[in-house]
Amino acid sequence: MVGDAGAMNQIGPRIPGVPFNVDRIRQDFPILSQSVRGKKLVFLDSAASAQKPRAVIEAMSHAMETQYANVHRGLHWMSERTTDAYESVRDQVASLLNAPSRDEIVFTRNTTEAINLVAHSYGRGVLQPGQAVLISEMEHHSNIVPWQMLRDAHGIRLLVAPVTDAGELDMAAYESLLADGNVGLVAITHMSNVLGTYTPAARVAALAHRFGARILFDGSQAVVHRAADVQAIDADFYVFTGHKLYGPTGIGVLWARAELLDRMPPFLGGGDMISSVSFEKSTWARVPHKFEAGTPAILEAIGLGAAISYVNEIGYDAIAAHEQSLTDHALATLSTIDGLYIIGRAQDRGGVISFTMDGAHAHDIATLLDRNGIAVRAGHHCAEPLMQRLGLDSTARASFALYTTHAEIDALAENLERVRSFFQ
Amino acid sequence: MSFDAVRDLYQDVILRHGRNPVHMQRLEVFDAAASGDNPMCGDRCEVRIQYAPDGAVGTIGFDARGCAISMASADLMVEAATGRPPEDIRALASDFYGLVRTGDTASENTALAALKPLSGVAEYPSRIKCATLPWAALLAALDGQTEASSE
Ligand SMILES: Cc1ncc(COP(=O)(O)O)c(C=O)c1O
Repeated sequence: MVGDAGAMNQIGPRIPGVPFNVDRIRQDFPILSQSVRGKKLVFLDSAASAQKPRAVIEAMSHAMETQYANVHRGLHWMSERTTDAYESVRDQVASLLNAPSRDEIVFTRNTTEAINLVAHSYGRGVLQPGQAVLISEMEHHSNIVPWQMLRDAHGIRLLVAPVTDAGELDMAAYESLLADGNVGLVAITHMSNVLGTYTPAARVAALAHRFGARILFDGSQAVVHRAADVQAIDADFYVFTGHKLYGPTGIGVLWARAELLDRMPPFLGGGDMISSVSFEKSTWARVPHKFEAGTPAILEAIGLGAAISYVNEIGYDAIAAHEQSLTDHALATLSTIDGLYIIGRAQDRGGVISFTMDGAHAHDIATLLDRNGIAVRAGHHCAEPLMQRLGLDSTARASFALYTTHAEIDALAENLERVRSFFQ
Repeated sequence: MSFDAVRDLYQDVILRHGRNPVHMQRLEVFDAAASGDNPMCGDRCEVRIQYAPDGAVGTIGFDARGCAISMASADLMVEAATGRPPEDIRALASDFYGLVRTGDTASENTALAALKPLSGVAEYPSRIKCATLPWAALLAALDGQTEASSE
């Protein structure tokens, strides 16, 4: 972390042991006091991108104002300090994911780039034509399209494990696809951005391993709401994106076991990722730098570090408890609205709730809610195949964050009743 | 809190046509057909047309799924465009695009009057495509294409 202790206190970290207080937390997020169309902002679209606490905003501007230069190349004070700040975020991410080594943390632009990196480097470098990549029906496009590109370029087969009507991974079907599929890699979401379903990660990984496959988890949603532990779930690859975790855009993470990263050829070539370059031949820097070509997202990494500190100060236990209570409240309240259907009924789910309403298209719902300052998302949520599986064109989606309040959910429910009568 | 403020967008005509689009029908016999997609929201609209002997567009039918705005726009489009020669329809479409983008029009085209209830979308930039989707499909059909290019 950057900044001296005095400044940090003004930024407003939790005092350890002080109970979760959402009103206090909201004061850490300047944007939450904005009005939209003359109404108090009710932001229920955090699954698309979360708002930023002052700690993140200030860490980034503090770095720009006091210590900034390019990393890994300057012999001067500014560059050394910036390199330290950037590299210390690698330690933070390693401990966030309980990774065995900081050298297993690769910074990317976002989840999408992290998955493309794996599809390219592991997909072409390690997987053999004829082997399969197994995904699920509830993947975000970013965990579908890179594998299709790999399939078409490298002769990999792409298999899809179905989800049940409740919106959970069909474990029996998953197992039988693994059993006869010659699957080299499973790539699956840790939490659905449409249904809120958590994947039983440890079981899914154990099955993959039993059949000789490696497993990648898309932790874009999961890591925001619960502590992720790559050793406990026995993952091989884990990816997430900073902007959903209260950090800035432009920074994402790939974690992979060191032995896998070592076997993978580089993804992008250029500066920073080499050990030596001549016109005849270049040699690669060691992992993780081999995968970080060019000047990295220095400020964004620093912002991500501040976001991780912020989340840790509050604590995943407190966040998970608050969000569970929000989710229970929302499911109970929305269920009482006539003609509203909650999509997905997973046993283990988090604060992402998709729904449809008789007589009202998701877009119309979103426009009406927006008029009263309530931001929800409407559409296919970058998961068109899942929509087809569910027989839907689109849903409206409300998603919660650590700053969401019960009163905001009540405002949503009240306004959805109005939407219903409006279109009746 | 009420939704009075959205009445500019959801006028009664729109709610009525959005709920019960009277011209939503798949023509079994047709001379040209084209579909338009709104990839952002999954809306889809297919327009089929039959030419009259004089070259005008004699019959238009559409098959669509989408929001109230796109359904109402398709329905009102059929009413406004049926019986007109393709050049008139192209001119009307261009006036209509101007209307939904700016909320107003300087055009004296009388056929535009029936489409004016849609002018409210100009206030909602993310919804303009909902209103123009059926028109994009109709224009593609007139040009002999089967897919409307999503601008
Ligand atoms: C489950 C899931 N995977 C991947 C992504 C892609 O994240 P990004 O666009 O930051 O790469 C998202 C969010 O959009 C998501 O929700």
